[in-house]
Amino acid sequence: MSVLLLTIIILLGAYAAGLVGSLTGLGGGVVIIPLLTLVLHVDIHYAIGASLVSVIATSSGSAAAYVKEGITNMRLGMFLEIATTTGAITGAIIAKYLPVNYIAILFGSVLIFSAIMSLRKKAERVEQYKSKLAQKLKLNSSYPSGDTIVTYGVNNVAGGFITMIFAGIMSGLLGIGSGALKVVAMDGIMGIPFKVSTTTSNFMIGVTAAASAVVYLHRGYIDPGLAMPVVIGVILGAFTGSKILVHAQSKKLRYFFAVIVTFLAVQMIYKGINGDL
Amino acid sequence: MQKKLNDKDIELLIGSLLRWGVLLSMVVVIIGGSIYLYRHGHDISHYDTFTGQPDFTRQLKAIFEGVINIRGRAIIQFGIILLIATPITRVLLSAISFTIEKDYLYLGISVIVLSIITISMLGGFGG
Repeated sequence: MSVLLLTIIILLGAYAAGLVGSLTGLGGGVVIIPLLTLVLHVDIHYAIGASLVSVIATSSGSAAAYVKEGITNMRLGMFLEIATTTGAITGAIIAKYLPVNYIAILFGSVLIFSAIMSLRKKAERVEQYKSKLAQKLKLNSSYPSGDTIVTYGVNNVAGGFITMIFAGIMSGLLGIGSGALKVVAMDGIMGIPFKVSTTTSNFMIGVTAAASAVVYLHRGYIDPGLAMPVVIGVILGAFTGSKILVHAQSKKLRYFFAVIVTFLAVQMIYKGINGDL
Repeated sequence: MQKKLNDKDIELLIGSLLRWGVLLSMVVVIIGGSIYLYRHGHDISHYDTFTGQPDFTRQLKAIFEGVINIRGRAIIQFGIILLIATPITRVLLSAISFTIEKDYLYLGISVIVLSIITISMLGGFGG
């Protein structure tokens, strides 16, 4: 295949990834990696490098808007980034020694988990209990909701922190944002409102991915020929998505997307077990 | 008159930094990509086996030299470096703003995050 044709195919795929990703909350990486490996037969190491780059672009691009709205809990994000960046570097180091088929199986499993998480009912609950550690770390905060200000407490800081290390390892190992895992740590374990969890997760993803991207760049996983159409496509797609965001339709779209992601995941796991990747 | 810097100002500043960082890197990648496609668009791609990259696309000094010599792929990589640098600069900016706010606990936390990223850069894990 000529470089030009490959670039055009990836550009279109990345545009779709950015568009659907911004409408459903699933990151670009879950589309980019299967597209590159399963459809275009790109080596998974290059795919991880390209995906990490797309993850940083979408995170920074969308975090810009959320931060300005004041929903993101920046102190919480900063504190948990200690865990995610440490994990990300660990993951990038492990990736060098882990056989490709294990990476594929692991990736498929995380994909299925992410798809299920994206379908979960998002009940907004607000916890007022504040743990001692959360108070000491000034993690309790508030966010604007309509005309009112909602205050919330944070608990089980240690549990959340440990889960974040795991999320960071997955991010560094697989070249994804592992947003679904970060949200679990925050809203499931630390009792943080869902809106705050998702925006703060998005805020953290850029730094987490940047920590391992530095390792991958140096190792030669980030190929300019692949990263170029991925970055451009994903940014333009996410931009379009944020403009046309229609809440009524995003639910149907989420189901549709979850089915596709699960299908890709099963294929990825199958190929991983068979060893023909 | 000294204006007190509050969280809201910082949020606006960080929001702008992230947006402009992403846009700037995209423009650089488009410029590099155009040059690359003009020169290599009709080459045959070979990504099915992992071979690693030539130095001028993975070492900082070599990338800068490539940019000066107007090599398309080096310019793309420079754009990617700007993209990676965007969230890292955001942490640096938070550290500065926590200093102004005299929030030394969070200054310390920002410094820890920056140190971890620096260790990743200089630690030689890429080898």
